[in-house]
Amino acid sequence: MTSDQEVSTSIRLEACAKTFDDGTRALEPIDLEIAGGETVVLLGPSGCGKTTTLRIIAGLEAPDPGGRVLFGSDDVTPLPIESRNVGMVFQSYALFPNMTVRENVAYGLMVRNVPKPERAVRVGEMLAMMHIEELADRRIDQLSGGQRQRVALARAIAVRPRVLLLDEPLTALDASLRERLRIEINDLLRSLGITAVYVTHDQGEAMAIGDRIVVMRKGVVAQIGSPKDIYYRPANAFVADFIGTSNRLTGHLSNGALSFQGGSIPWQRSEAAELTVMFRPQDAEIVAPTEAQIAGRIANVYFLGDRTKIILEAIGQGPIVVETTAQADFVIGSNVGLKINPDRIFEIDGET
Amino acid sequence: MKRSRIFYVNLAFTLLVCAFLIVPIFLSMLAGVTVNFFQGIKSGLTLSWVIEVWSLYADTIFLSLLIAVACLICNLLIGVPAAYVLARKSGRVARMIEETLVLPIAIPGLAIALALIVTYGGIREFRLSWLFILVGHVLYTLPFMIRSVLAVLSSFDFRTLEEGAASLGAGFWKRFRTIIIPNCRAGILAGSLMVVTLSVGEFNLTWMLHTPLTKTLPVGLADSYASMRLEIGSAYTLVFLIMILPLLIALQLYGRPRAAKTTISDPE
Amino acid sequence: MKHSEYPRLILLMLPVAIVFLAFFLLPMARLILIGGSGENGFSEYLSIFHTPRHFESLVSTVLLSAAVTIAAVIISAVTGVFLERNRFPGREVLISMLTFPLAFPGVVIGFLVIMLAGRQGLANEISQALTGSRLVFAYSMAGLFTGYLYFSIPRVILTIMAAAEKLDPALEEAARSLGASRWQVIRDVILPALKPALIASGAIAFATAMGAFGTAFTLATNIDVLPMTIYTEFTLNANFATAAALSIVLGTITWLALYISRSIAGSTVAAAA
Repeated sequence: MTSDQEVSTSIRLEACAKTFDDGTRALEPIDLEIAGGETVVLLGPSGCGKTTTLRIIAGLEAPDPGGRVLFGSDDVTPLPIESRNVGMVFQSYALFPNMTVRENVAYGLMVRNVPKPERAVRVGEMLAMMHIEELADRRIDQLSGGQRQRVALARAIAVRPRVLLLDEPLTALDASLRERLRIEINDLLRSLGITAVYVTHDQGEAMAIGDRIVVMRKGVVAQIGSPKDIYYRPANAFVADFIGTSNRLTGHLSNGALSFQGGSIPWQRSEAAELTVMFRPQDAEIVAPTEAQIAGRIANVYFLGDRTKIILEAIGQGPIVVETTAQADFVIGSNVGLKINPDRIFEIDGET
Repeated sequence: MKRSRIFYVNLAFTLLVCAFLIVPIFLSMLAGVTVNFFQGIKSGLTLSWVIEVWSLYADTIFLSLLIAVACLICNLLIGVPAAYVLARKSGRVARMIEETLVLPIAIPGLAIALALIVTYGGIREFRLSWLFILVGHVLYTLPFMIRSVLAVLSSFDFRTLEEGAASLGAGFWKRFRTIIIPNCRAGILAGSLMVVTLSVGEFNLTWMLHTPLTKTLPVGLADSYASMRLEIGSAYTLVFLIMILPLLIALQLYGRPRAAKTTISDPE
Repeated sequence: MKHSEYPRLILLMLPVAIVFLAFFLLPMARLILIGGSGENGFSEYLSIFHTPRHFESLVSTVLLSAAVTIAAVIISAVTGVFLERNRFPGREVLISMLTFPLAFPGVVIGFLVIMLAGRQGLANEISQALTGSRLVFAYSMAGLFTGYLYFSIPRVILTIMAAAEKLDPALEEAARSLGASRWQVIRDVILPALKPALIASGAIAFATAMGAFGTAFTLATNIDVLPMTIYTEFTLNANFATAAALSIVLGTITWLALYISRSIAGSTVAAAA
């Protein structure tokens, strides 16, 4: 099963559900196809079933009867994790404190009875690739968080797994380090060309790393799509809210226009009497009241350095958030107009 | 910093308690090397009592060591795996088993010894061998080994480490050998020290279980206190203290396993 | 990983299960039966309360153990909290000295009491030198009390110090910022925080004192503590049923003491026994 060429194994989940011993349903039946070499991110709030899905792929949890897990054409459902030839990076890294960095990275090869000389070469390659050669003989408790992260990655890929599984690998790190390692992991996954499943609750991470994102909620898939799809064409209000900030406008449709408190926008794309549309804060701009069809009042202004965040009131049901890079002075309490880029307005399912 | 009056009152009290615990030990050790304790130090110092103790009781010392080592091996073989299973399982059955396994702490040794005698005392070969004492010692020390290992297992997330090892291809026994056991070392060490110390000093059970041919050190001690002159009892106690001293010191150094510290020495 | 591991876990548990079943549960059950096998049948268990000799022995053992427990807890609380909260040169040595006798067997402690309070003991010599009168109490109730106190202090101190270490100094500072006096701080902050440890270690001291045999054996007193009574019934009177019944009663009392303390104090503290 371990062939060096086989680096891009596809993964298929068929009707995988998970009910725990105490009766809680962690995952509704899910079907998921992951192409060879693809990086799929499972994204959602805690308790959404993303980790359970990953653990089913890994073989750490068995799906409820009827569910099947396939790697390529092999049905691996009955196999425990140790027989699936996966590489896994854990949220807590799960590095073995009784071993040095080198021994950790070599562990999977040792278990596979790879001869010592070859083992040493392969471990050396891994350490070099992750830029941690100088840490080789350190104990785990002598490493910083970022270093541990690299060791965990090196250890997982040293065995040349069929698929790489990452369970919130950056959550334990501080923000700036997270940004940097996010890029490194992305580059690594591309250069390896390995099939990867990445679990996170951080939408920024998901956007940066995923070829496709699976947004999950309460054990159900809310949407599957490319990062752009998910961002600009959220399937419902939950996805829209979970991924970045979104503004929603609910109103009545008549004569080709959707009207709500404060104004209206032209809308020809549907025929419902009442509907909800959404747009992102950066897809609208503040103009003079006379230049727009929507009028509101500035409730608050936050200067964020590279941009300014403006909260408008008296439009639709709730506050509207606009972000702009314009340098103008925005005065709280002044009446302004709101202009929304018509290409970036999408109808969504209003239920949350 | 200037200390308050209460500090000194407390300190004096603490010193008094220390004296209560240490002075008798010191007296007893001194008596063991005094020519005549009744006359005091001025009668001179001698090692002849210690030598006499050795000729009279050397076999009890060796038997005690034999039993302690055998007891430790039994504890390692049956106690460590049991602790692992108890740490793995959180259900009611597991807790009941744990309760049962630590029961010998709560029940006086005398009662356990009587129970063993009334049940197995009839099997002559067994009753007369040192294995009879060993059984009692294993029952009595097992809770300490189990608790010590359990304490370490609860101080780190061994389940995730095991999952990590499994993801790298290690099967159950491989994981147990290469991950669980090495990471429990501190607890196993602390438990082992406790087991050996307790076994060497065990009297309550042993007094009931011993035969004239299977006398352990504490049994010999009781014997000498009852029938020998004070100096011999003292010298024997001295021998016992010297034997147990390294164990007690090691116990103070390694006896309190702490959770592995996660020191981050080289932040990026 | 989950599904296939039950058999292996059971395999790991099997040796201990066999040993315990064969050498503990079975013998204990047999002891219970033998306790009821005498001429009185199972009412032997109740006769303990009717036979004056046994009942007195039970009462004096409980009273002695209770007194030792209270004394040990008070002494250990004072010294334990003091040592945990003050840093001074020599502190480590004092802690070592206080916990050193932890694993001494009862016989040795009995002998140490003789050294302290026997006919040639330190107390007698000091008393003779100072007042000219004899002071020998090793072979009396006071001697037993001294011995039991001796082996209780190290155990209790360890538990209390572990609890005192976890005491958040901010609580005490908060109480003082609110105007509490030193005694009020002790009463309202320190003692409540130490309560679980005090109860747990007290129960351990009580149970150990109840079952202690070596010390009484060495001191060879006329005071019949329960373990000595059991021993006498068994070896001298060959009264197996009575000895068994008394052992079961004794075991039940000590187990109950630990069980009750744990349900009051929570289970984690008692582990330091």
